[in-house]
Amino acid sequence: MSELVPASGAASGKGGPRRHDAFGASGSGDTSGFGGLVRNPPVLASTPRPFGDTDADNVYDALERSFPQLTDALERVVVDRGELTLHVRRGHLLSVAQILRDDPSLRFELLSGVSGADYPDDPTGRRLHAVYHLMSMTWRRRVRVEVSLADDDPVVPSVMDVWPTADWHERETYDLFGIVFSGRDGLLRIMMPDDWVGHPQRKDYPLGGVPVDYKGAQVPAPDTRRSYS
Amino acid sequence: MTQASDTSAAFTAPAGSRASAGPPVDDVPAYGDAYEAGFTESAGGRVYTVTGGDWEQVLGGEDYSERLTVNMGPQHPSTHGVLRLVLEIEGETVTRTQVVIGYLHTGIEKSCEFRTWTQAVTFLTRADYLAPLFNETAYCLAVEKLLGVTDEIPERATIIRVLVMELQRIASHLVWLATGAMEIGATTGMIFGFREREKILDLLETITGLRMNHAYVRPGGLAQDLPDGVVPDIRAFLLDMPKRIKEYHALLSGQPIWKGRMVDVNYIDAASCIALGVTGPVLRAAGLEWDLRKTMPYCGYETYEFDVPTSLDADSYARYLVRLEEMGESLKIVEQCLDRLKPGPVMVADKKIAWPAQLSIGTDGMGNSLDHIRKIMGTSMEALIHHFKLVTEGFRVPAGQVYTAVESPRGELAYHVVSDGGTRPYRVHVREPSFVNLQAVPAMTEGGQVADVIVGVASVDPVLGGVDR
Repeated sequence: MSELVPASGAASGKGGPRRHDAFGASGSGDTSGFGGLVRNPPVLASTPRPFGDTDADNVYDALERSFPQLTDALERVVVDRGELTLHVRRGHLLSVAQILRDDPSLRFELLSGVSGADYPDDPTGRRLHAVYHLMSMTWRRRVRVEVSLADDDPVVPSVMDVWPTADWHERETYDLFGIVFSGRDGLLRIMMPDDWVGHPQRKDYPLGGVPVDYKGAQVPAPDTRRSYS
Repeated sequence: MTQASDTSAAFTAPAGSRASAGPPVDDVPAYGDAYEAGFTESAGGRVYTVTGGDWEQVLGGEDYSERLTVNMGPQHPSTHGVLRLVLEIEGETVTRTQVVIGYLHTGIEKSCEFRTWTQAVTFLTRADYLAPLFNETAYCLAVEKLLGVTDEIPERATIIRVLVMELQRIASHLVWLATGAMEIGATTGMIFGFREREKILDLLETITGLRMNHAYVRPGGLAQDLPDGVVPDIRAFLLDMPKRIKEYHALLSGQPIWKGRMVDVNYIDAASCIALGVTGPVLRAAGLEWDLRKTMPYCGYETYEFDVPTSLDADSYARYLVRLEEMGESLKIVEQCLDRLKPGPVMVADKKIAWPAQLSIGTDGMGNSLDHIRKIMGTSMEALIHHFKLVTEGFRVPAGQVYTAVESPRGELAYHVVSDGGTRPYRVHVREPSFVNLQAVPAMTEGGQVADVIVGVASVDPVLGGVDR
């Protein structure tokens, strides 16, 4: 079920589909047997229906009933580990959100949170993902709505009119990922200082850090340590 | 109110003539008197920096409007950390509250992306420092769901997780009681709260090795089993604590000043709570019986017997009562945990996930036990390699994303964890209840009195380490 994550290296920025051997060696010196392993790049595909998960099927059925343009609005639908993710095109986000909140058989009253994720190697070229976690208190189930955005046009309509709680969540996602939520006021930085440059949670933003001397040896900064991913 | 005068304030006044009592307008402010105001001219008028004293004295009889912008915090004893509130007040009435956060932002989420899945626990436990075990458990549930080992977690590990979480819920509520009481001047409440909290911290220290920031819950189970002799200690605590809760009721619940400060103050109803994302005791005090332990159970909470206290009053006093009741319910759960404990493993059987932790106290603190070191260094080369690989490289987690939530003392604490199939988390996002609940502070406090702002912030129980992460 790896279609959730587009092909990419780990946090180190290394990698791609080819897995490195266990000790980070290249060329000779590999004694682990991992060196030749090739990971299949994940395929961005929808989960075929029926999903085999009652909640997910019910949510999708209800959405289909009350939202005729659903196939236009959705890029992909993924059910993985019992969790339903709707990949929505950004133009349809607000109408989908409204239906998700108001339809009696959906009733996702609570926006638990908004988080961002950065996939620099996303095959669609839209690396920034805004991820909305919704909860229906009526039906006691959750759904995830994901919108992917290109780096040069990271604009998505704000859902603050639907869920006022989105205010700080969107500010945080803007601050840390640079996703711009349009149609709302006060989209200011919230974690970083107002005059900060850059968006720290992006994968190409360095962690920083200095090497530390410890018992006669030097421990390198975390982002320069050997990575096994 | 006294709180306002303890606060450094920016006072905006129209530039105008001053009476002879004050310094001349063109003069650089004099600082002869410790309380004398310095001021700077700004576009919006003259801004005074005040650290105390009387307004008449500070302004020297100058004409001024009744609208004040008071900067409360970020260093203020009632802000539970470093929270900054910008209040616009007219007289004693708050007309606008702005909440400014970010002073404790330490990039925990980013740091997790550069450590192994197990090491991330050590960071996340430092987010909400009054409820670290909740952070650890919620994150570990997410990792276990990604690994697909949720059903393989040993029963004993799950019971101990519930046990320590419920102990910590009481400890967290006690800190809330203590700090909240102190902020409105009930210092005996403060002493009481911290006194009992210390007992819980002693128990948690015996169990985990640390008073706070335990890093005790690990993906796959626990760092170590309960030590010998801790169960009688917990039982003794269970006997003692109900009496203490009665003591709090006797001290505070009927006290006229306590009630005067809290009843009908900072009202927010259930619909507004949901619109603003507020969960936890604040939502339950507004009448909605929403507790993830009951409504979306995890860690086997559906098998425990306990009630979810609610109230219909939706004010600060209702939140106080709900939290006090919750302590009693947590005691019930702890007791059931102790009754259920059966000997068994506390880590998954899968040796590719189970962090080799046979811990004991050594000369330089806690580390692997000598027996374990003797085994890997002396008898089993494979065990040494395995230990080394697992600790330095970590385990791989199948790609995907999950969202797991637990009911922390402050509401829905959830983790959105993404894996790309590597040995490090690709993305860890914390849905922090304090962060979300703080958004309700303006709705609670605007239109009320300045002194009620302090009660309002306290009734939300924010922990700024969690808010800012």
